[in-house]
Amino acid sequence: MFRREYGLILAALVRRCGDFCEAEEAMQEAFARACVRWESTGVPRNPAAWLLRVAIRYWIDRMRRRQRDSDAVRDLAEFAGDEANLPAAGEVHGDEASVPDERLRLVFTCCHPALAEDVRVVLTLNTLCGMTAAELARVFLVTEATMAQRLVRAKRRIREARIPYRVPEVDELAPRLSSVLAVVYLIYNEAYSLDGEKIAERRVLGGEALRLVRMLESLLPDDAEIAGLNALLSFLEARRDSRSDSSGRFVPLEDQDRAQWDRGLVCEGREWLERAIRRGAAGPYVVQAAIAAVHCDAERFEDTDWLQIVGLYDRLLVLTDSPVVALNRAVAVAEVRGPEAGLTAIEEARLRESLASYFYLHTTLATLGERAGHPAEHTRAAWMRARELASNDTEREFIDAKLGRSDSPVVE
Amino acid sequence: MRYLLMICSAEETHIGLDPEDHRALMERYAKLQERLTNAGARCVEFRLQSTERATTVRVRNGETLVTDGPFVETKDRIGGIFVVEAADLDEAIRWASEIPQAEVGCIEVRPVWEPEDYFS
Repeated sequence: MFRREYGLILAALVRRCGDFCEAEEAMQEAFARACVRWESTGVPRNPAAWLLRVAIRYWIDRMRRRQRDSDAVRDLAEFAGDEANLPAAGEVHGDEASVPDERLRLVFTCCHPALAEDVRVVLTLNTLCGMTAAELARVFLVTEATMAQRLVRAKRRIREARIPYRVPEVDELAPRLSSVLAVVYLIYNEAYSLDGEKIAERRVLGGEALRLVRMLESLLPDDAEIAGLNALLSFLEARRDSRSDSSGRFVPLEDQDRAQWDRGLVCEGREWLERAIRRGAAGPYVVQAAIAAVHCDAERFEDTDWLQIVGLYDRLLVLTDSPVVALNRAVAVAEVRGPEAGLTAIEEARLRESLASYFYLHTTLATLGERAGHPAEHTRAAWMRARELASNDTEREFIDAKLGRSDSPVVE
Repeated sequence: MRYLLMICSAEETHIGLDPEDHRALMERYAKLQERLTNAGARCVEFRLQSTERATTVRVRNGETLVTDGPFVETKDRIGGIFVVEAADLDEAIRWASEIPQAEVGCIEVRPVWEPEDYFS
């Protein structure tokens, strides 16, 4: 019930206690007290402010018991009220008690480049979205103990290396923001790559990514890339349900039922994209959103404006120099000038080397090879390689269907 | 809080520099030292001699074993260190990025155990 407020309260608490672990402990205590207290008094008018105040009082109490009374503790005592009793339900309300929004500090700290990328992802979900170690363990397929330990280690690292709790200065903002956006995008991709049967987890994770990017928009308005990511996620989310069939099997873009695409989200995506373009130079997320928009514009797969997509991938390549982008460009090239041209583009960009263990390189080689009428044993080898690299059952089933369908003479 | 900035780069990046370039490089280090001093962040720094002159010492079962050369043989080695006073990691990273050798090698940034860390 408090997931929405979790990040807000924690962010404000970390700001005051200066430490993640201490802040979390105080917060858990405040939640526990709220459960008991609100049973009899009802939920206060401003629950977040009530929780923050109770958590701060608990923290002050602990500091004093450990004889760590400092100026900071005394200042906070003034803010939170010094008495040991819990505030009455009606006592905490209005402007004076509303919770200051410190989530931007929290997001920049959790997505600091000094933390490993996978750590940034779970830490952001844990602190800003309020996902517990148990929930995260289910999504990332590790035990709860492992996940809990990963989170504790990350928080300890923040304290010990003194990763600062603040919004970067203007001259650092752009690169640091791109690290934040990458984390949000990774969270969304994680949702997309989950197994078919993990539909509930997928919804939660996808929803959190959307919530995070909307939050960023409200905290840092006027940024083109944030609007770009908002647009991109809206387009992707619009196609979410048509990406898998009723039994959870993966459905590629060309076979998707476009009538199922969420038109409301597509419109939202368009509005975000226009806003992004108005805000200035198009960065990688804006260009990716533009590509997604072209797909959404086509009523049928055959109507897709591939020439425009190739042009957009050219721009994206200049911005990112990523082999995955080069692969997507090759796919678009194949649609414009035929499968052989696509395969040539893959060779020219030397993707067999740079993406040797990338699932989609091999599915692309197989698909284009089939379309170009290459010998069946070649395409079969590519499908087999992809199957080895598949990361979940949905991908494996997709390939098995392909392998079953191809009337290959090769005997295993 | 103090941070150790370890300058790691391939040995070859130093040797073979023509005198003009070498002077320019030293000039940049002198400027950095000046900025550190002005910011009150300068603790100590050393430029190390070549790993060819390194000796490695181990004590095993009470016996001191001395070997020739660095403790690990790698292409990259530590060519020098700075210890700087910084409020947080971002500040330390800013100093690290000002070290000329960061452009050819890399700088490892490590927080130093301060007395108060033992009690937290």
